[in-house]
Amino acid sequence: MLKALIGKKIGMTQVFNEDGGIVPVSILMAGPCTVVTKKTVEKDGYNAVQVGYGEIKSYKINKPELGHFKKNNVNPVKILKEFRIPDIETVNIGEIYNVSVFDGIKNVSISGVTKGKGFQGVVKRWGFKGGKDTHGSNFHRAPGSIGQSSYPSKVFKGLHMPGHMGTDKISVLNLKVVKIDADNNLLYVKGAVPGANGNIVYIYAADNSGRKIVK
Amino acid sequence: MNIVEKIEHEALKTDIPEFKAGDTLRIHQKIKEGDKQRIQIFEGVVIAKRGAGIRFSFTVRKNSYGVGVEKTFLAHSPLIEKIEFVYSGKVRRAKLYYLRDKTGKDAKIERRDLFNTKNKAANTSNATINATTKNNE
Repeated sequence: MLKALIGKKIGMTQVFNEDGGIVPVSILMAGPCTVVTKKTVEKDGYNAVQVGYGEIKSYKINKPELGHFKKNNVNPVKILKEFRIPDIETVNIGEIYNVSVFDGIKNVSISGVTKGKGFQGVVKRWGFKGGKDTHGSNFHRAPGSIGQSSYPSKVFKGLHMPGHMGTDKISVLNLKVVKIDADNNLLYVKGAVPGANGNIVYIYAADNSGRKIVK
Repeated sequence: MNIVEKIEHEALKTDIPEFKAGDTLRIHQKIKEGDKQRIQIFEGVVIAKRGAGIRFSFTVRKNSYGVGVEKTFLAHSPLIEKIEFVYSGKVRRAKLYYLRDKTGKDAKIERRDLFNTKNKAANTSNATINATTKNNE
């Protein structure tokens, strides 16, 4: 069974639980995902299913890609993603999976690309404290010393410096599933997920340690 | 209406009365004690309203045996069984935090006569007087 889906972040809101408490939730449109093709150990060296998400008109994609869809007799999709699962025999090409694959699952892990922050200084990017703003200080948000003279007499690799921040692929592990709305393909998870609203996210069923389980 | 707005809209209660700061409300709240459930009624003056939609909350203040008690309720919470409108109060502010510093008679809010039932007779007689004075001029 496939227990992972491609989805879209819709936005955040809050819902009440049965105790009257407020739960902050992210709403995700999970699926429907079509199985486009399968990869096998014999042919490709590993077992995986390639699933697609999002409708797209066939004239908007190039001919080689269109051929890929035509060969497997499925409708063209916007996004393709492989999920490695050992038991690919249980999945058939052309099958459509929706949010109900997460029925009975307590936690999910979600991967996505974070919002871009542009070129940022060390205070925002790495949490440096910076200097005093007042009392005659001339040191505000600069990084300060980046090394010593006689030893090591070089700047260490990977030293925290200003630079581009955001648009990183990250995973948020073990988000609690609050509600599954099968009619509208919506998944409510507790807490925040990476990226802006409308961002593509990959949703995996998770075990208790947060590890992704796709099988 | 986007999906988030739709979800929030569906969770809204429809039976919440319209009220302002200074109004007196009676709130029926579900209280869980072990596996038993009962309803507690809290009656007091609304001193603040906050937020909108599903996040709408309000603070009610009352004097309980000489001690000021304030409770903040989430209007759309499933724990709130019913909100009863008791009467309206005459105030000139949206936030009545000044009531915290007042005691006794100062802490009371004058009741607003919404339908003007008491003064209706007096008003009409006043009107006739005004009309007669105008005629005289």
